[in-house]
Amino acid sequence: MSHPLFKVIPKEEYFLPGTPACPGCPAALGLRLLLKALGPKTVIVIPACCSSIIQGAYPRSAIKVPLINIAFAASAATASGIAEALELKGIGDANVVVWAGDGGTADIGLQGLSGAAERGHNIIYVCYDNEAYMNTGIQRSGATPYMAWTTTTPTGKREIKKDIPLIVAMHRVPYVATAALAYPQDYVMKLRKAAAKKGFKYIHLLAPCPPGWRFDSSKTIEISRLAVETGTWVLYEIEDGKFRLTGPSKGLIDKSKRKPVAEYLRTQGRFSHLSDEDMAKIQKIVDENWEWIKRWLEG
Amino acid sequence: MESKIKFDLITPISYPGEGSAGATGSWRVFKPIIDREKCRKCLLCWLYCPEAAIRVSEENYPEIIYEYCKGCGICANECPVKAISMVEE
Ligand SMILES: Cc1ncc(C[n+]2csc(CCOP(=O)(O)OP(=O)(O)O)c2C)c(N)n1
Ligand code: SF4
Ligand code: SF4
Ligand code: SF4
Ligand SMILES: [Mg+2]
Repeated sequence: MSHPLFKVIPKEEYFLPGTPACPGCPAALGLRLLLKALGPKTVIVIPACCSSIIQGAYPRSAIKVPLINIAFAASAATASGIAEALELKGIGDANVVVWAGDGGTADIGLQGLSGAAERGHNIIYVCYDNEAYMNTGIQRSGATPYMAWTTTTPTGKREIKKDIPLIVAMHRVPYVATAALAYPQDYVMKLRKAAAKKGFKYIHLLAPCPPGWRFDSSKTIEISRLAVETGTWVLYEIEDGKFRLTGPSKGLIDKSKRKPVAEYLRTQGRFSHLSDEDMAKIQKIVDENWEWIKRWLEG
Repeated sequence: MESKIKFDLITPISYPGEGSAGATGSWRVFKPIIDREKCRKCLLCWLYCPEAAIRVSEENYPEIIYEYCKGCGICANECPVKAISMVEE
């Protein structure tokens, strides 16, 4: 039977159950939705990260489309090569997608990412950002936010989160967007928009991770929603240089519409050591980010 | 065309199939149970299940695939009418 939801999110599954992902895993859901959005004519490139486990253990794969594992720093270069080869073979309409973690994007794969973006290869690079190196036991990455606990920042990270989507946007690529799992329609529409454009496209998906962020596995979506509602995570797209807020973030320019950041931080054990001053400082970082956005929109 | 030479070849290629990590339903501590009387068939539980462990019936009811459901509880947490309860195994 048809259902209104199936018009945006197809019923067909390309992600097969019984994977090694932790219960409540954001990377599993993100990949499942990505495959629904892009369909079977898709090739996935995965560097070392949780997803290289989630994809299924030999001799089985949990993913119904062609997928290649590659060394950490090489994912964007590998995808570039695949895209060029497919173009030469006359199948340039296939989607070539990098699905990489934040460590593999913000740190280890950054030069490969930058090179592919600068050369403008026809690929979609998606970073699922669980804000640390989770697969090896929760070490800090460049994308770990200020004051978050990790095993290598036992008293909280002192540096602020590296802003990868904006770094990629400065390569003047045709499409950059952010996404959150609580808003699958927004995420799926962005993936389809990216697929429809030629050239280098980038999507950054916030991925709340139960064991890494220290919360109950049932709260993955709830915490993703709070990240957006508090303005900590901003949903936007930059299409051919034009910045636009999307989804619920459109209504959050006015600070009074945003929930206090503490409501988001208090849901996660990784922030349980925060003092009121720390919370206030993070609130200030978030508010300042929105001031920047306001100025961009005023142009 | 069949090759004349027989290779005893082991390739590092995996093929798609359910249960790549086995019957992951055995991981469950709490089991989600859907109350069909309460269910409004919005399919948000299906949409948000990270494991693809909910299938949709012909009448658009969600049906949990217990062989693989890991009992994460996202479906119960997101159901807008609280039609899913988590029961200890
Ligand atoms: C060159 C190299 N360095 C280190 C590792 C070990 N390693 C495997 S996965 C991983 C963590 C990846 O973190 P991230 O990219 O954020 O993905 P996540 O595990 O969080 O999904 C590390 C350090 C490796 N496989 N290769
Ligand atoms: S550590 Fe986090 S991202 Fe990695 S498999 Fe577990 S839930 Fe998923
Ligand atoms: S979320 Fe609740 S109401 Fe909606 S389909 Fe699932 S069980 Fe039914
Ligand atoms: S408990 Fe988790 S894995 Fe099981 S059906 Fe619900 S959302 Fe899916
Ligand atoms: Mg990570």
